[in-house]
This record gives sequence, structure tokens and C-alpha cells, in this order.
Amino acid sequence: MIEFRSVSKRFDDGTLAVDDFSLVMPSRQTTVLVGSSGSGKTTLLRMINRMVDATSGELEIDGENVSTIEPVQLRRRIGYVMQNSGLLPHRRVIDNIATVPRLNGVPKKQAHERALELMDTVGLDRDMAERYPSQLSGGQQQRVGVARGLAVDPNILLMDEPFGAVDPIVRADLQQELLRLQRELDKTVVFVTHDIDEAFLLGDQVVILEKGGRIAQKGTPAEILAHPASDFVASFIGADRGKRALSIQTIDGAQVLVDGDGNLAGRLVEAGPA
Amino acid sequence: MNLFVDAWLWLVDPVNWQGSGSIPVRIGEHLFYTGLAMLGAALVAIPLGWLIGHTGRGRELAVGISGAARALPTFGLLFLFVMLIGVTLRGPSTVFVLMLLAIPPILAGAYAGLEVIDRRTIDAARSMGMTEWQILWKVEVPLGLPLLIGGLRSATLQVVATVTLAAYVNLGGLGYDIVQGIQLRSYDQMLGAAILVILLALLFDALFAVLERYAVPRGVRAGRDTDVRTTPTGRRATAELTATT
Ligand SMILES: Nc1ncnc2c1ncn2[C@@H]1O[C@H](COP(=O)(O)OP(=O)(O)O)[C@@H](O)[C@H]1O
Ligand SMILES: [Mg+2]
Repeated sequence: MIEFRSVSKRFDDGTLAVDDFSLVMPSRQTTVLVGSSGSGKTTLLRMINRMVDATSGELEIDGENVSTIEPVQLRRRIGYVMQNSGLLPHRRVIDNIATVPRLNGVPKKQAHERALELMDTVGLDRDMAERYPSQLSGGQQQRVGVARGLAVDPNILLMDEPFGAVDPIVRADLQQELLRLQRELDKTVVFVTHDIDEAFLLGDQVVILEKGGRIAQKGTPAEILAHPASDFVASFIGADRGKRALSIQTIDGAQVLVDGDGNLAGRLVEAGPA
Repeated sequence: MNLFVDAWLWLVDPVNWQGSGSIPVRIGEHLFYTGLAMLGAALVAIPLGWLIGHTGRGRELAVGISGAARALPTFGLLFLFVMLIGVTLRGPSTVFVLMLLAIPPILAGAYAGLEVIDRRTIDAARSMGMTEWQILWKVEVPLGLPLLIGGLRSATLQVVATVTLAAYVNLGGLGYDIVQGIQLRSYDQMLGAAILVILLALLFDALFAVLERYAVPRGVRAGRDTDVRTTPTGRRATAELTATT
């Protein structure tokens, strides 16, 4: 469990990036922080592995205050996946994945064996082990990034817009892959995105942020969709338009659903067992 | 052309290849001062350049030193130091002047090599849990190596050429033959020695050019089109793409 208690961050230049943020991120669940650019998502995420230190407030991982943990040690037990994959360009895929285990003193052979397994886990062909990052597509690079994040089998996986820079088809693919992974691995995932659809798809808990990391609303996707807490949230999730504003129309006695753009979204049927 | 023939004859004359003031001895002296100055300069400039490049602090210092010092009039400096330090310390003071000459390009190369690395790569390395030393040695140094070698290359060229001046303070080197050749009007000797200096410079230049090329990490050199699986297994066996400098 990750717990923020009244955490604030003011950068040296005076920017108040996070203002009095409190939140519990339950273990083995995916918490998605979603908000527009500059709302403080990255800052919040990076406070968890001390890439950014809070100016005030407390941040605990399983009851342990992170400020008491040495940053290098802390980071080695937390997976981190970033938008541009952040792979080391001069190292082969297999060495990139094995980086942190090697830093922790795992013998090379063993670390490579594990790296190959992880390539299977994230759906990468083992043939690519010898390639360099520049020889991979964007989607493949992100998979390597995820594999590297998982290399030490961390309890916590931080993901900062990991699929933001790949094309929509690949993104959909990677999202499904992450859902599958999460079913298998049961990590505590903190996922940052500015895409509300992605947030609703991946999040057990979705936290909608306004500027300064202020929480506009948090809850399950269903709760947020059912009861947007404010006009801001309603408009952010698009509750009143497009594919989320469904209406029932009756055609020849059958009820069909039409979305806000007038497109046919489906047919109304009896809800089956969940 | 006659002069060049004479110079050639001087160069191949066995007499000039034996004894205390012979060509091999002069080359040896030349290389000795070059090596000493380069070693000293590298020991100062590389750590300093890396420090500045890693921390991002003192950038102005690096730019300032490389810019200003490049314009130093070597010859004047040499005499100044000889006069200041006195005739007994001609050797050290000459090496010191040569070091001053070599430091700016090395410093610039060491610093720029780190400076041009994508900040996100370094950020990723840090967020994985690399210590600052590990970031330096495992990420910054390998990625910055080509530019550092580029700096060493231009420093070596300048030093090899400038060591010629050591003859003016009676330290030998190939400059000795040039100075003596001018004084005695034996232009074959002067030109022959000058040619040797040029050859040495070209040799070093070629050597560093090769080093520079092979210092580019394979993953950086390998473009999308290159498939490593089909290339020989030697670590740096692929050389089809040009080094980025
Ligand atoms: N290192 C920094 N120094 C100064 N200001 C920063 C720094 N990092 C982020 N900020 C500012 O803090 C705010 C939140 O940034 P960030 O957490 O990156 O937002 P997001 O990830 O939601 O786009 C922005 O206004 C940004 O400009
Ligand atoms: Mg961000």
C-alpha cells in the first residue's frame, strides 16, 4: 500500500506542482492518475521512488516512510516505466532488461536467463534479445521497458504515460497486454496518463487530477461515470457527449443504444450474471 | 622539387639514423614531450570535464577555458615560462605550456560528450537505481567516448606540432633539426624534419580517427536497417555507419 498524507511539492523555481495531496493506493491494484498536462502526475509518481522529494507531508510504502529509505535502494525495488522507454542505447535488449538485477549482484547468466523469461512475459520474441534499442519499433521498446521494470520482481510498478508515444493500434495492444500481466502478476501499479479512456480501461482506482495535483474525483471507473463529482469531471470524462452519452432508441420494438454523435453503439439486452 | 629530393636524401641517409642527435632520438624526444604533455593534460581535463558534464555545474567555466585558452599564443607562453621558471626547469615548464595547450580541447571533448547525452536516458538510469558513479561509468562515459576521443585527437595534433618549439629552449625533438637547418641553411635537414613532424601528426590523426569511430557504441551506430544478428560476432565488428561527432 502506498499512502500520501498531505504531500506538497514546490520546485526551486517556486512552482507548486503538488498541493496538499492525500491518497491511498491499495496493494495489488492499479491506481491511475489522470489529468491534463502539468497537473502534477509525473511529480506525484516520482515522489514514490524519490526521484522527487516532497517539500512537506508524508509518503509511506507499506507503513514505511520513504524519506527514511536510501533513494538508490528504494529505486531498485520499484519498477519504473517511462514514456520514451528510457532504454540505454548502447546496451542490447537483454542487457537493458538485466540492468538492475546485475546492479544488485545477480550473476550474469542467471540475470540473462531471467531476462529471456521476461521477454516471454511481455510478449517479445526472444530473437530480439541481441538487438539494440534503436533497432526496435516504439511498441517493442515499450515492451522492453516494461520487462526491465519487472526485472527485480518489484511489488510496485510505476508507469508514466508508457503508451503515450505509440500509435493507437499498438497502444490498444499494449493496454490489453498490461491487463493480462496484471491479472498474472498482481503488482501494485501506479499508472499515469492524460487519456481518460486508458484510465477507465486499466484502473481499479481512477484519480482525476486538476492543476497542483488537486483531486477532482477518485473512485472506480463505474463510480466516476455514474456520478461525476463536478462539471469539471463530467466534462473531463466526456459524460455528456460522444461515446459516453448513450441514449435508447426503439426500432421495430427492439431497443438500441445510440451515442452522442448519433452512432450506433449497441443493443439493449438483459444483464447476464456478472 | 630539388629541395624535396634533398630532404628525402637527408631522411634516408643512414648517417642521420645513428648516434646521439639522430632521427630516431629526435622522434623519441618529440614523442616523449608529446606523451608527457598529453598525459598531464588528460589527467586534469578528463576528470574536470566529466565532473562538469555530470553535474551540469561549471558549464561556463568549461566553455570559457576551451574558448579563451585556445587563443593562447603558445610561443610567447613558452618563453614567458622559461623566463619565469628559469633555465633549470626548462623541461617541466615546456611540458606545462604544452599541457595548457592540450587541456582546452580535451576538456571540451570530455564535457561535451556527456552534455549531448539525452537527459531522459540519464534520468532513466537514475530512476532504475544506479548510483551517480554507475551513471557516470556505465552510461555517460561509454556514450560520451567518441567526443572525448575527438578532443584528444585535436589536442594531440596541436601538441605534436607545438613540441617543435621545444628546440628553441634546447630540449631537442624534431624541432632541433628544423631550427638547426634554418641556422645552418641546410634546408634538406629542415625540410626533412618538418616532413617527419607532419607524418607524425598524420599518423596520430589517423590513429585517433579509427579510435573515434570504434568508440561509438554499437547500439548507437546501428541504425534501424542494420540487423545485428547477421553481422559478425566481434563486439564492434560493424563499421558501416559513420561515427557521429
Ligand atoms: N524540475 C522541475 N522544476 C520546476 N518545475 C517543474 C519541474 N518538474 C515539473 N515542474 C512543474 O510542475 C508542474 C507539474 O509537472 P508534472 O508533474 O510534470 O505534470 P504532468 O506530469 O501532469 O504533466 C508543471 O507546472 C511543471 O512545469
Ligand atoms: Mg508527466
